[in-house]
Amino acid sequence: MAGSKDFVNRRIHSLLGVIPIGIFLIQHLVVNHFATKDAEAFNAAAHFMENLPFRIFLETFVIYLPILFHAVYGLYITFQAKNNVSRYGYFRNMMFLVQRVTGVITLIFIAWHVWETRVQAALGAEVNFSMMADILSSPFMIAFYLIGVLSAVFHFANGLWSFFVSWGLTVSPRSQKISTYVTMGVFVALAIVSVRTIFAFI
Amino acid sequence: MSTKMVKFIISRQDNPETAPYLEEFEIPHRPNMNVISALMEIRRNPVNAKGEATTPVTWEMGCLEEVCGACSMVINGKPRQSCTALVDQLEQPIRLEPMKTFPVVRDLAIDRSRMFDALKRVKAWIPIDGTYDLGPGPRMPETKRQWAYELSKCMTCGVCLEACPNVNSNSDFIGPAPLSQVRLFNAHPTGEMNKEERLNAIMDDGGLAECGNSQNCVQSCPKGIPLTTSIAALNRDTTFQAFKNFFGSDR
Repeated sequence: MAGSKDFVNRRIHSLLGVIPIGIFLIQHLVVNHFATKDAEAFNAAAHFMENLPFRIFLETFVIYLPILFHAVYGLYITFQAKNNVSRYGYFRNMMFLVQRVTGVITLIFIAWHVWETRVQAALGAEVNFSMMADILSSPFMIAFYLIGVLSAVFHFANGLWSFFVSWGLTVSPRSQKISTYVTMGVFVALAIVSVRTIFAFI
Repeated sequence: MSTKMVKFIISRQDNPETAPYLEEFEIPHRPNMNVISALMEIRRNPVNAKGEATTPVTWEMGCLEEVCGACSMVINGKPRQSCTALVDQLEQPIRLEPMKTFPVVRDLAIDRSRMFDALKRVKAWIPIDGTYDLGPGPRMPETKRQWAYELSKCMTCGVCLEACPNVNSNSDFIGPAPLSQVRLFNAHPTGEMNKEERLNAIMDDGGLAECGNSQNCVQSCPKGIPLTTSIAALNRDTTFQAFKNFFGSDR
């Protein structure tokens, strides 16, 4: 084997968060951004994605299985830590905690989001602009979506930072600092894209 | 002349099995006193703040100049060496606790065996013994020696393990200190010859991969050892090692 079970699982956990899950997240947010144009543009884009060939295979290997592994192993990692931010209030230690908190929020959000859209689609509902407008018609759901999507985007951006460390791309303190700025830039950019999209449905 | 008093709140524990409890002490202030001299004063006259006779507080110490690591404890919430904790620079009351990441032996004395076991596990030495004289090894460039000297300052004090959120009873993580020692011995021109053995040792369960990048270790290390740089460098080395292990390598 390449290393022990823990070693391989951790590395795969880190890799899957970026490829394919992170790539899928960006693609998903970008396609949804059509909603800021008008309902027709969004419906056309959703329709295009819906009719991709080999869709069930794409979904299974690019989305379902990677997220399932990342979520289960991520929960295991989360509950192994004993957070100590009150005693050691350093920036990276806070990010360590926030990464775990946003991970759990994201998991809850994704479970609900998949139930509300993909499962309903499988049961015969049509995924389109009016479906989302309907979901986001209550203030509670708007808050839930904002918190869920921003958590997902933060978890991805900060996870990208630790991916660079875990695979040995950023070694020196300076490279890790620059990486912090770059990944937080990624967070802000994706946050703007996703918040604009959510408000387009309201 | 009124004597200034120094107040201590000490977390005590009679033996490894019993529950910890707090005991307060007030001792006369002396100029330039450190936490150890205060503990010595309590040992000389073991009477608590209520005026009751009690048992002297147990702690460990060695060099008294912050190079042995034995006197580490949690002082006002932060793990550090009690020999260099000057009373005049501390907020009062001064709270002393053992580093509970380790098994408590008694009061402030802890058992750091796990750190020494970890050093054995990662082979933190350079094997040179043999049946005949191998002659001198390769030379180490002076600039590299100076850099490696910083890593060699580790005194196995346990502060980085105490600060790490991933070193706890739920995990078997060996902690930052032994990992950085792997970097030290892999950097040595002779030690480098056994690089793979050490990398494979830290790729085992409880090794390098358990690091969650909270980076508390590098903030807490009393010797200023670049622990997170060592960890990231080892992440790079083990990435290559993992591919070599999996696919094979012609070296």
